[in-house]
Amino acid sequence: MFKPHISIQKLNVHYRERHVLKDITVDIPEKRITAIIGPSGCGKTTLLKSLNRLVDLVDGVKVSGNVLVDDVNIFDDGIDVTEIRKKMGLIAQMPNPLPMSIYDNIAYGPRIHGVKDERKLDQVVEHCLQEAGLWDEVKERLKEPASRLSVGQQQRLCLARALAVEPECLLCDEPTSALDPISAQYIETQLLNLKKDYTILFVTHVLRQARRLADYVIFLYLGELIEHGPAETVFTQPSNPRTKAYIEGVFG
Amino acid sequence: MNKRKLEEAFFKGLMLLSTSIVVGSLLAVFAVVILNGAPALSISMLTQTPKGGYYLGKEGGILNAIIGSLYLASGATALAFLLSLPIALYLNEYAGKSRFASLTRLSLDVLWGIPSIVYGAFAFIIMLYLGARASLLWGIITVTLFVFPIMTRAIDEVVKMSPFKLREASYALGSTRLETALKVLTRQTLPGMLTAVILAFGRAIGDAASVLLTAGYTDSVPRSLFDPVATLPLAVFFQLGTPIPEVQQRAYASGVILLVLVLLLSIASRLSTRKFMKYLIK
Repeated sequence: MFKPHISIQKLNVHYRERHVLKDITVDIPEKRITAIIGPSGCGKTTLLKSLNRLVDLVDGVKVSGNVLVDDVNIFDDGIDVTEIRKKMGLIAQMPNPLPMSIYDNIAYGPRIHGVKDERKLDQVVEHCLQEAGLWDEVKERLKEPASRLSVGQQQRLCLARALAVEPECLLCDEPTSALDPISAQYIETQLLNLKKDYTILFVTHVLRQARRLADYVIFLYLGELIEHGPAETVFTQPSNPRTKAYIEGVFG
Repeated sequence: MNKRKLEEAFFKGLMLLSTSIVVGSLLAVFAVVILNGAPALSISMLTQTPKGGYYLGKEGGILNAIIGSLYLASGATALAFLLSLPIALYLNEYAGKSRFASLTRLSLDVLWGIPSIVYGAFAFIIMLYLGARASLLWGIITVTLFVFPIMTRAIDEVVKMSPFKLREASYALGSTRLETALKVLTRQTLPGMLTAVILAFGRAIGDAASVLLTAGYTDSVPRSLFDPVATLPLAVFFQLGTPIPEVQQRAYASGVILLVLVLLLSIASRLSTRKFMKYLIK
């Protein structure tokens, strides 16, 4: 059995009148890749952004239920949101580099969390860029604007930036959907390497990708959790007819 | 030719016409000021203070007004920026879509619309109440009041336009609102902010009405914030108001100097923004 890292209990999210997530209860295994699959608009991204409380930024959002990370409910009053977000690195669908140099993009996170020593920052930047498989391509031009990188490189930069604040989890929101196949494969390879150290959640609507990466699968449909379980089980012997239909490509 | 092509050609012509009217007016203003002012332009205009009472001596220069205007406009622009940046960041990052935010924006728009002479009169009454004398300081305060709504709304717009994904990226790393505002949004909006500052500086250096009652009258360069200060717009105004043709010519020459100052400043700022543009995220 998997050891749970994140425990989601009766999570409900409303955007004004719209009920986006309905009574989600599921455990996310530690140091595994969990794929969240389901058709567009089923609440995959909302689920992901609930886990680092980025849903707070949405106008008119209402959240109820618990999300326990290391046994602390991140929706408790008086919780330090910045600490939660530091723990939960996010890779967005579209690469979102900050308006600064490649170096400063990586160093931004450590700096706001109190790292001042330049030498330490240099080490962090090099280490994270290597982890993300970008170091060799950018080591000669760290001072250049991040906006000059290709989209694929930018996404790896975002991965490196997320790693730089030493998170426990990586929340990936269709991180390869905007990339060319080679860059996408690059990201996938890095994630497979990283799962020994991080709990990874991976939103995708590409089933083949989920099959390649996932150890554990969560299937959402119209805001409801239809099925979850180890990847092999869900993909080969889904217990719910809707999961079966989705996996066989009847809809989606 | 079919109808759609005709339409296209017609509106293209219309736009070209509008554009040429604008560019033409600008050139006409330049031409009139330069042609009328050129005979009176000289080095001494730039390097000396007026000889003979209050610009009427036909001799000397308008150094007092040049320096005065630069002091006044720089002081007011700097002060206005100190007000504007926090307001604009607060409106966007903290106030959200609250009623308070829309009320503030409405007030700023109303303030923007108030004529500068009203600001002058307002500050003048306060000065009377406090028993203060017209001075550089009061000129700066008045002009600040009059330019900060312009600057705030201009900065507000560029901050509002900056992409949501930047904020998301910053928050996702565990930034506070303040860090996101000061370290990310200011970087992204720097060129826009510079434009706002230049816009405000242009208004500040060019306005006569707000300083008419508050900055005082003098032929010398101010030595402290509490000295009265001369300004270029008022130099133009007073010289143009005399019946003496030579002095009127000097009014146009002062106008040329004012134009050149503003022009130099906008070119300098354009060049400096280019350096930051490359970091921007589209």
